Amino acid sequence: MKALVYERNVARFAASRVVSAFGSGRGATVGPLRLVDVDPPDRPAGEGWTRLVPTLSGICGSDLATVDGRSSRYFEDLVSFPFVPGHEVVGVLDADATDRSGAPLAAGTRVVIEPVLGCAPRAIEPPCPACATGHTGACPHLTDGRLAPGLQTGYCTDTGGGWSAAGLWAHASQLHAVPDGLSDEAAVMVEPTACAVHAVRTAGIAPGDVVAVVGAGTIGLTVVAALGRVLAPAGPGAVIVGARYPHQRDLAERLGATAAVEPGQLPRTVRRATRSLAVAGSVTGGADVVIDCAGTSESLAASLALARTGGRVALVGMPGRVQVDLAPLWHRELTLAGAYAYGHEAPLAGDPPDGRRTFDLALDLVASAGLGELVSATYPLERYEEALAHAGAAGRRGAVKIAFEPRYRKGRAR
Amino acid sequence: MSPRPGFVLDVDRSTPPTLFWHGEGFRLERLPVGSRVVYAPEPLDPLADPRSAIRHALTHPLGDSEPLPALLRPGIRLTIAFDDVSLPLPPMARPDARQLVMEEVLDLAAAAGVDDVVLIAALALHRRMTEAELRHALGDRIYDAFAPAGLLLQHDAEDPDALVHLGTTDHGEDVEINRRAAESDLLVYVNINLVAMDGGHKSVATGLASYRSLRHHHNPATMRASRSFMDQHHSELHTSNWRMGRLIAASGVKVFQIETTLNTDTFPDAFGFLQKREWEWNVRDRAGFVAASKALERTPPRLARRIFHSVRAPHRLTSVQAGEVEAVHAETTANVHRQQLVAVEGQTDILTMGLPYISPYNVNSILNPILVACLGLGYFFNLYRGRPLVREGGVLIMSHPTRPEFDPVHHPSYIDFFEEVLTETTDPVAIAERFETSFATDPWYVHLYRTGYAYHGVHPFYMWYWCAHALEHLGAVIIVGGDPATVRRMGFRPASTLADALEIASDVVGPSPSLTHLHTPPIMLADVT
Repeated sequence: MKALVYERNVARFAASRVVSAFGSGRGATVGPLRLVDVDPPDRPAGEGWTRLVPTLSGICGSDLATVDGRSSRYFEDLVSFPFVPGHEVVGVLDADATDRSGAPLAAGTRVVIEPVLGCAPRAIEPPCPACATGHTGACPHLTDGRLAPGLQTGYCTDTGGGWSAAGLWAHASQLHAVPDGLSDEAAVMVEPTACAVHAVRTAGIAPGDVVAVVGAGTIGLTVVAALGRVLAPAGPGAVIVGARYPHQRDLAERLGATAAVEPGQLPRTVRRATRSLAVAGSVTGGADVVIDCAGTSESLAASLALARTGGRVALVGMPGRVQVDLAPLWHRELTLAGAYAYGHEAPLAGDPPDGRRTFDLALDLVASAGLGELVSATYPLERYEEALAHAGAAGRRGAVKIAFEPRYRKGRAR
Repeated sequence: MSPRPGFVLDVDRSTPPTLFWHGEGFRLERLPVGSRVVYAPEPLDPLADPRSAIRHALTHPLGDSEPLPALLRPGIRLTIAFDDVSLPLPPMARPDARQLVMEEVLDLAAAAGVDDVVLIAALALHRRMTEAELRHALGDRIYDAFAPAGLLLQHDAEDPDALVHLGTTDHGEDVEINRRAAESDLLVYVNINLVAMDGGHKSVATGLASYRSLRHHHNPATMRASRSFMDQHHSELHTSNWRMGRLIAASGVKVFQIETTLNTDTFPDAFGFLQKREWEWNVRDRAGFVAASKALERTPPRLARRIFHSVRAPHRLTSVQAGEVEAVHAETTANVHRQQLVAVEGQTDILTMGLPYISPYNVNSILNPILVACLGLGYFFNLYRGRPLVREGGVLIMSHPTRPEFDPVHHPSYIDFFEEVLTETTDPVAIAERFETSFATDPWYVHLYRTGYAYHGVHPFYMWYWCAHALEHLGAVIIVGGDPATVRRMGFRPASTLADALEIASDVVGPSPSLTHLHTPPIMLADVT
């Protein structure tokens, strides 16, 4: 069966880096990613593993960075080669299983996976303090235990990944059943939405705050949806989005943004909303919280310029090596905080006393906000170069999320 | 030979193409046979000896005012306020009318031993004038005598210490004006009446007022009830200003009003063809037009703008009146009418106009899209007395590039108005209700208005309110040659050519509509019967 496999190959890695200069996703044409025939992967060591066949598997910004050879070298030790990418996965269980709470899941059940490979999949006992409290995204044991290194499914040679028709292995602790009413397109949005939910729930947003969102790709739009829903009724007072493309601005406003404007207008709109001044390239009063959903030098610089004195900049879009003037961070005593993945969120009004799983919140949000519509196109694995080029130019081409359909069926009803 | 009056041409097959202004350029358009073209009167002969005329006016005041020399005594506080850079258009060649008048006033003050004299540019909510602009308006002698000593001020409508609330009119209108002007023993106001709207009580009640005061008449309801605001007796804008002016007078503020009128000699010789009717163009005019048009086609807009803004108009004084405000203004208005009135019989289905590069609010700057709308729908549409040139439900076709360009120094709040307000609604009433206060009190705009060269935060709203009467009256507005997205943002329809515009207009006014072209500038006032 076909799978896209990423191998360690320095020459191809260098080539992908060069070619990607002509467009994000273009690295797939010459890089270490190859379409190959594979057998179903071997079952990983340890208990609780079930094979699933992916129905859809999304292409994420981090995937594009990997394909283009532009991922941070920070991750070199956190992956194992060769690996099958694909961590945004909705699929069907091959056999009976249980979910992380121990509830039974029959073979054929549609599931999404929570791809972080923390202590439970790695059979590490006792679990680390983070995993013990459900904060699997903060697990430090990403290279230990009975699995090869890999921070997530889709970066680990043992588990396989979503870009494969041969299936992948998921641990019980990773499984979430997909409600019957949720389409596959909506379900494949759960993982990126969980990232957004976690970012929003940990961003320190107070009721009535002005929140600026820089970037309106998949992460930016799911952040906007989360801002309007997962903090209610104590949500922000205004959500202002800087979005490069008209369809992104339309979607942002439909998902609840107070205003969605071109990036160049964003400082003016934030300044207006906060009734502050504009001095030295920064908005003096500024947004209480800025959520950077792009992770570039430009977006981080813009975010620092938009935050009020004492404000917070949350970095949600995966950054690499960036160059940015930190003078505003120092002078205005800003807090720059990362927001990675998901886990267990502290309770808000209406939540159970011990809080909720981020993925559960994301499943609710995807359904209530209709985030399935963000999936713009699906491709068979055989057309991976086209798919990755489409994902790399999603904004310019009027798209948001591009996904693979490993067992592609022409005309599949959505 | 005496100057010819205004003229309405009936277009026939022999009529040459008609010149339309198009921003920093021109278009020649062949109008349908049967169309009318309204031409401005030729420039009146100027005063032969303006300084003598000024001295005569100051010593022979109108109304119940004493001559100026009798009002000037040692020890009094004298304030001389003057119209700002928005007048005249284009800026007139030196010496400016304000300089001529103020030199005479200051000579009289000096002769009378008045040594507490302050000059104030009556900005209202306009941007501050630059040193070069002040020198141009007042002359170097006055500037150098007053500015270094801090005696040449620019009205600051946001300085609470520099304002005084004189009371409210019987219509509940706050009257808050410049404290120095109000508390002076004598306030001399030096005006340039470029159009009939200017002058009278509007000089002090608007030019030296605060937002708190101005909001009572700069609003959609007042503008819709001003038909037109070029006709004082049918203008709610003026009625409100007159109430305020009378309250100012009743409060004890002694105003000595000096009003001047200019002829319509608007463009220098190099652009002489702009002053003429097309069928009267001689070889030199044709050559001038071809040279200017071809050169401008090849010139980047920014450079073309700079060239045009360096134009100085050969305007000359046609009259000077001084004394009591209302008596002076009645005479001034008659003199404006003498120069600008053109009799026009009947309204039209379609009114066309070419918009130039300049309006009162973009001297040395960009005519941004909101100012385009204001120039066409506010100023030119309202250049009527009696009835609008275009019938109710008719179509206005304007020609202008209407690029989405803004001057961030002069018009910062315009940018946000365009992005934040016009994306929501173009209805002046809804705009006023939902957005005005937020912009008017925005601290950044206030800061830029007070310390930089920015129009007040509320100013783009006023420009849009200026359009309110036309927006309510018209069936459609079409802009020829404008940036389509920008035109649509303002609720108008874009057309690439005049022919396209007429096709679009036929959906509104039907086939075979009547068409009238307002051939301005030079400025005129259509007396529509």
